[in-house]
Amino acid sequence: MDIKAGLLNNNKRAAARLITMLENGIEEALDIIKECYHLTGHARIVGITGPPGAGKSTVTDKLAKALRKEGLTVGIIAVDPTSPFTGGAILGDRVRMSDLSTDPGVFIRSMGTRGALGGLSKAAHGAVKVLDIFGMDYIFIETVGVGQSEVDIVKLADTVIMVMVPGLGDDIQAIKAGIMEIGDVFAVNKSDRDGAERTAAEIEAMLDFNKQEDYRPSVVNLIARDNVGVDKLLEAIENHRAYLDASGRYRSRKRDSLRTEVIEIFKENVIRSVARLEEDTNVLEELTESVLERRIDPYTAAARLMDSFTENGV
Amino acid sequence: MFDKEKLGQIKEAREKWENGVSKTISKQPERKAAFKTSSGVEIKRLYTPEDVADLDYNDRLSCPGEYPYTRGVQSTMYRGKFWTMRQYAGFATAEESNKRYKYLLEQGQTGLSVAFDLPTQIGYDSDHALSEGEVGKVGVAIDSLKDMEILFDGIPLDKVSTSMTINAPASVLLAMYIAVGEKQGVSSEQLSGTIQNDILKEYIARGTYIFPVEPSMRLITNIFEYCSQQVPKWNTISISGYHIREAGSTAAQEVAFTLADGIAYVEAAVKAGLDVDDFAPRLSFFFNSHNDLLEEVSKFRAARRLWAKIMKERFHAKSVKSMMLRFHTQTGGSTLTAQQPDNNIVRVAIQTLAAVLGGTQSLHTNSKDEALALPTEDAVRIALRTQQIVAYESGVTETIDPLAGSYYIESLTDQIEGLAAAYIKKIDELGGAAKAIEKGYIQKEIQDSAYAYQKEIESGDRVVVGMNKFQVKEAAPKGLLRVDPVVGELQKKKLEALRAERDNQKVEAALEALRNAAKSDDNLMPYILDAVRAYGTLGEICGVLRNVFGEYQQSIIL
Amino acid sequence: MERPIRVVVAKPGLDGHDRGAKVVARALRDAGMEVIYTGLRQTPEQIVETAIQEDADCVAMSILSGAHNHLFPKVVQLLKEKEAEDILVVGGGVIPEDDIPGLLEAGISAIFTPGTPTTVTIDFIRENIRKK
Ligand SMILES: Nc1nc2c(ncn2[C@@H]2O[C@H](COP(=O)(O)OP(=O)(O)OP(=O)(O)O)[C@@H](O)[C@H]2O)c(=O)[nH]1
Ligand SMILES: [Mg+2]
Repeated sequence: MDIKAGLLNNNKRAAARLITMLENGIEEALDIIKECYHLTGHARIVGITGPPGAGKSTVTDKLAKALRKEGLTVGIIAVDPTSPFTGGAILGDRVRMSDLSTDPGVFIRSMGTRGALGGLSKAAHGAVKVLDIFGMDYIFIETVGVGQSEVDIVKLADTVIMVMVPGLGDDIQAIKAGIMEIGDVFAVNKSDRDGAERTAAEIEAMLDFNKQEDYRPSVVNLIARDNVGVDKLLEAIENHRAYLDASGRYRSRKRDSLRTEVIEIFKENVIRSVARLEEDTNVLEELTESVLERRIDPYTAAARLMDSFTENGV
Repeated sequence: MFDKEKLGQIKEAREKWENGVSKTISKQPERKAAFKTSSGVEIKRLYTPEDVADLDYNDRLSCPGEYPYTRGVQSTMYRGKFWTMRQYAGFATAEESNKRYKYLLEQGQTGLSVAFDLPTQIGYDSDHALSEGEVGKVGVAIDSLKDMEILFDGIPLDKVSTSMTINAPASVLLAMYIAVGEKQGVSSEQLSGTIQNDILKEYIARGTYIFPVEPSMRLITNIFEYCSQQVPKWNTISISGYHIREAGSTAAQEVAFTLADGIAYVEAAVKAGLDVDDFAPRLSFFFNSHNDLLEEVSKFRAARRLWAKIMKERFHAKSVKSMMLRFHTQTGGSTLTAQQPDNNIVRVAIQTLAAVLGGTQSLHTNSKDEALALPTEDAVRIALRTQQIVAYESGVTETIDPLAGSYYIESLTDQIEGLAAAYIKKIDELGGAAKAIEKGYIQKEIQDSAYAYQKEIESGDRVVVGMNKFQVKEAAPKGLLRVDPVVGELQKKKLEALRAERDNQKVEAALEALRNAAKSDDNLMPYILDAVRAYGTLGEICGVLRNVFGEYQQSIIL
Repeated sequence: MERPIRVVVAKPGLDGHDRGAKVVARALRDAGMEVIYTGLRQTPEQIVETAIQEDADCVAMSILSGAHNHLFPKVVQLLKEKEAEDILVVGGGVIPEDDIPGLLEAGISAIFTPGTPTTVTIDFIRENIRKK
């Protein structure tokens, strides 16, 4: 299969395969991305996060359907945890999005966190690029907002929706540290339940406390299951986008996220080079031998390694 | 049951015996390090009067037909009359099923049981896109009152009692049954039978749901209310543990989750303004019967006692009828093996004994070939004969609750009751069965049990004869019943004809009235009945309700 | 690095008995695979689209209603139409022995009847998925 040609010709199989290759760290895939990188930058990227079972997938499903009505195309990346014991995972978010499966303007991809440090965010970054090149107007990334790696992923979004549910009281306090800050829009889902107003008020109070100068996240009450309030949520996303554009934050946000990405890629390359070095016993062994015989000290040995690094390129 | 001194002597004797046993064991260990029932209850080597030392007979057992009904709900039980032998059957078309019913009635069966195909169970007409390949497969296809008239043609509805395995669209099928009665000149007061009508276990285990929880509960309470006035002999719900067990639960979980569902229905009806004693006497239950004979017997007894207490203490029922847990039993489909299917006859016989010793009110025995396909007529007959042999030849029916007083049975009955009560408490804390289902709690508990069971089989810790031990090379079984694929086409043609000949304006008007009623607080039964009488189809009626109510979204926790 | 095998576990048709599908899903996960679980009432079209978008190595389906002769081959046929016939298709459930040859003929690679240990399914998938 010519993956690049397929990708550019609306072939979902090709796009799907390319995501797998990126997920598995296959070099060829990077070459294709490099060749097509100029085509990225079109999609609006929306992160959807929040506690387990809050309704993230349901919200995503309903948002996607609303956007499809406007004729826009939607890519969805749904992340679920990988079992640390077996490396396997059950990826179940699609259950909420069954009828989107056959919509030609929708592409849904499930992903496991796969444990490896930074591995997920790399794969998710890759998948976003693929779907962007593929021509999706919107890309949603759903992750459970619990761990740092998940938080890292949503950071690559232009807009982050925090999905909350009534009666989280204490949880809000807990989540607040570090994670609440990343929300650009707060959705209080399951507002059919008691306490929705109070939860919304608690979030507002928290926002009062963490005041930003020029943007205040909106808090939207939602019953995603019944498709109630979805238009308001969409509006809130639009407003955030408008703010980003008008304030010039869009570019600075992108810049930040790209800077992080470049550094991440760089770090990974370094780590990989170090790993290669450890395998390439010659250089390392010689240096070690010299230290052992007290011909040089460990600091000098490390410095020489560094030199050989920069000579050969990372 | 024993005085202190006697108990002391018994203890002494037992301890002495244990000492002897440990010596034997040190030379020759027992088969297993630990013995456990399916519910995880540790089984002791020996039960003695010490295990029932605290058993207060009048309080915990009492006499048959008396609170808390541990020993049975009737005062004479099978000395009065046997349980109802009721075989679940339904094949492809209404015409064929009708023939089968007449055959079964001639064979001495005492009640009819209707199985519907999946499109019917999910409220789709046979010509719906999702019905493709499914029409007539697991039961009869019913699209309109026309099909129902054929199904019961020549069967006087005032003479038979009919059990219908129907849940999400139960109101529609009940309405059709009432309408057939009207055509036969049988008034709704004379009709007797059961609809399963248990939506919560569909969410938990069986999967043939349509609407979300709230409107589903409303339909159920509408039926309770309507029947208490118009169809007083009808059992309005059969609260089912059967499918929960089939999905892999343990015996204690089966009791727990079924009664928790029962609590939810009672609460919903009470909240809708019904008086407990107006509808609770018409509630019935439906349990599974597995191979672990003694645990199953204990399970049935525990369920009766626990329910009686719940009705009396929690819901303050006054009528004794409200406190009696009456139940139907089906032998365990998931216990049957595709390998050496004849062995299944033996399994079913053990399970039949369990149900009868547990005091069931009616029983369906599975056919030996059910793990392979729909049962053949021969297999169905053997299954029915199994019940008859237990009834007429085994002697277990000659006295009531013959296993009562067994140290083991009484102790296990207590333990299962305790485990179930603990689950119910936990479910209460989660906000009741509906909430616990929405959170996936009940499903997760069942799946964990199912997975553990599978692993035991694969590791060989649990032996299933013919499947993971004592296998033989077998030829493919022959002579299995299969459904002719033209059934789907036939139903489509019938629908086409119906739509052409009925008064479509009348149908439209009835459906519109139903739509408006669905948006209001009215009882929907009369509107559904009107739509049925006008030959509105099942799919049309459920379609209107789908429109107003939306559809249930499965919650999956693995 | 060993990449995880990706399997779509689906229940086509209308029957709601998902005990088998869920047990298999968990067993596959515990064998280190990534299981994309689609839930009940999936049409063949939905299953095939899911397999493609998820770049699955295998589609595993379970049917207890008797609709297998209709639905299993339909999935294989749609995969062919989408040029995705390299995806392994296996089926399970209450399937009469007589039907199995026909299903294998239609392109389902294996049929696992009741009582099949999950390890057999796992091994079969491991050995028969396309080698990328
Ligand atoms: N009452 C109520 N339930 C809802 C609402 N939205 C979603 N749900 C239900 O909440 C449950 C979880 O929904 P999902 O969309 O799977 O939640 P999630 O956050 O994606 O879950 P994970 O991906 O497992 O963390 C499902 O049973 C939904 O039907 C709502 O507005 N009200
Ligand atoms: Mg989700």
